[in-house]
Amino acid sequence: MLNIASVHSYYGKSHILEGISMTIGEGELVTLLGRNGAGKTTTLRSITGVVRPQSGSITFLGREMAGREIHEIAQAGISLVPEHRGIFGMLSVEENLAIAVRPGHWTMAGIYEFFPRLYERRKNGGNTLSGGEQQMLSIARGLLTNPRLLLLDEPTEGLAPVIVDEISKALLKIKETGMSVLLVEQNLQICEKLGDRHYVLEEGRIVYSGSAEEFATDHSIQDRYLSVGV
Amino acid sequence: MLYIFQILNGLGLGMIYFLISVGLTIIFGLLNFVNFAHGAFFMVGGYLCYSLVALTGSFWISLLIGPLIVAFLAWVSEKTLFHRIYHLPHTFHILVTVGIALILQESAIIIWGPIGKNIAVPQELQGVVTLWSFAYPVYRLFLIAFTIVIGMILWFLLERTRFGALVRAGSESAEMVSLLGVNIHRLFAQTFALGVGLAGLAGILSAPIRGVHPFMGVEVLGIAFVVVVIGGMGSFIGALMGGLMVGLVQSVMSTVWPEGASLMIYGAMAAVILLRPYGLFGRA
Ligand SMILES: Nc1ncnc2c1ncn2[C@@H]1O[C@H](COP(=O)(O)OP(=O)(O)OP(=O)(O)O)[C@@H](O)[C@H]1O
Ligand SMILES: [Mg+2]
Repeated sequence: MLNIASVHSYYGKSHILEGISMTIGEGELVTLLGRNGAGKTTTLRSITGVVRPQSGSITFLGREMAGREIHEIAQAGISLVPEHRGIFGMLSVEENLAIAVRPGHWTMAGIYEFFPRLYERRKNGGNTLSGGEQQMLSIARGLLTNPRLLLLDEPTEGLAPVIVDEISKALLKIKETGMSVLLVEQNLQICEKLGDRHYVLEEGRIVYSGSAEEFATDHSIQDRYLSVGV
Repeated sequence: MLYIFQILNGLGLGMIYFLISVGLTIIFGLLNFVNFAHGAFFMVGGYLCYSLVALTGSFWISLLIGPLIVAFLAWVSEKTLFHRIYHLPHTFHILVTVGIALILQESAIIIWGPIGKNIAVPQELQGVVTLWSFAYPVYRLFLIAFTIVIGMILWFLLERTRFGALVRAGSESAEMVSLLGVNIHRLFAQTFALGVGLAGLAGILSAPIRGVHPFMGVEVLGIAFVVVVIGGMGSFIGALMGGLMVGLVQSVMSTVWPEGASLMIYGAMAAVILLRPYGLFGRA
C-alpha cells in the first residue's frame, strides 16, 4: 500500500536520506531500525510531508504523496505517532483525542476501552501525564484519525519496563486489527516480536531488508548494523 | 458617587480594549503573527458603522453586518498577503502590517475625509437610567452588557468547541495539528478573520461614544499592545484583565490626574516586562 522509491531528503544543505526505497503491504507490520542519527525520524517525516522529499516518489494506495501538504497526506490515511509524542499540554486528554477524531473503526468509546488509563485521566491536562500515559495518548490520537497506515516513532523510548510491556501489548492488538504499521524502534525484542519484515537504515541508506525469520536467524546483521547504541 | 460613574465608564472602555486585544492575542498565539494593522481594522469598523448608519438608518444593522465585513476584509488580506509572511521574522510582519495600516488609514481619509465624524447613539438606547441617585447613559450600560455577552460567547468558542481546541492546539504546535489531518491554512485564516472581526466590532461599539476619525486606530493599537504585554501574549483571561485594568485606570485617573493615567499604564507595563516577562497570565 505504501511504496517509497529512491527518496532523497535534506535539512537545508545537509543530505539526510540518500535514496531510500521500501514498501509496506496491506496489514503488514514493518520495522525500521538503525542507530541514532541514521535518518529514521527523517524517513517518517518525509512520508508525512513534514519534510518535503527533494526527489523520489512516495505512493500510497496508488496516489503520489511526495510534495503534498501535511494535512492532505494525513487525510489520505497516514497517521504519525511522533518522536516526543506531540501531546498538546494545554489541552485536556479528552480534547487531545477529540480534535483527532475522524469517522471509522476507532471511536472515543473504543479508545477509552482500549486504554482505560486514558479514561481515568480524561479531564487532566496533557502536561500532567506521565511518559507512559503520554505515549498511550499519542497512539490513541493517531488511531482516532482512523488511518490505513500508522507510523510509530520509537514508542517505547525512555519508558519503564512495565510500561514498555504494556505499549508492546497494545501494538500487538493494533496489528491484529489488520492495521498496516511502520514501526521505528530501538528495542530489538519488540521488533522481533511484532515485525513481519525489517529494514535497517544507516546514514540515510537502507543497508538491510529481510523477513522476520531471516532477521532472527542471522545475528551478524544485528552485530554489523545495530550493536552500538542499541 | 462620582467614582461609580468613572468605574462604569472604565468597565465599558476596558471591555472595548478587551475585544481589540483578545483578537490581537489569539492571532499572535496561533499564527505567531504580529499584526500592526489591527488598529486600522478597528478604525474601518468605526467608519463602517458611520456609513451603514447613514445608509440604512439602523445602528443594529451596522452592528450585525459591520464586523462581518471587517472579518471578510481580514480573511481576504490573510489569503492574499499575510499568510505568505508568517514564516518570516517579526520585523517583516511589522513592516507589512504597518504598510497595510497606512493604506487603510489613507483610504479612510480619501473616502470619508480627514476630519472625524460623529455617530448618533441609536434611538432605543438614548437617554439615561437613574440608579440610586445618579444618572448613567443607557448606551454605556448596553455596551457593558453586550461586550460581556460577546466575551462569554468567545470564551465558549475557544474553550468548549472543537474550533477552539484546534486554535489552542495549534498555538502549541501547528505542525502536529496538520498531522492530525486538519487544514491548518484554513484554521489560520479563520482565526485571523475572527480576531480582526472582533477589532471591527469594537470600532462599531465605540463609535457612538467617541466618534470616528482616521487616526483612531493608531491610538488604540498602542493600548492593545500594552494590554497584551500586561496580560500575556496568547492569553484570553490576560486580555480581559489587562483590558479592564487599563480602561479603569484611564477612566478613574481622567478626573484626578489625566497625565498620570499614561504614567501608571506604561509603568505597569514596564513592571510586568521586568518582573513577569510573559505577562500576568501568559505562559513561557
Ligand atoms: N531539523 C534538523 N536540521 C538539521 N539536521 C537535522 C535535523 N533533524 C535531524 N537532523 C540530522 O539528520 C540526521 C538524521 O536524523 P534523524 O532524526 O532522522 O535520525 P534518527 O534515526 O531518527 O535518530 P534517533 O534514533 O536519534 O531518533 C542526523 O544526523 C541529525 O543530526
Ligand atoms: Mg528519531
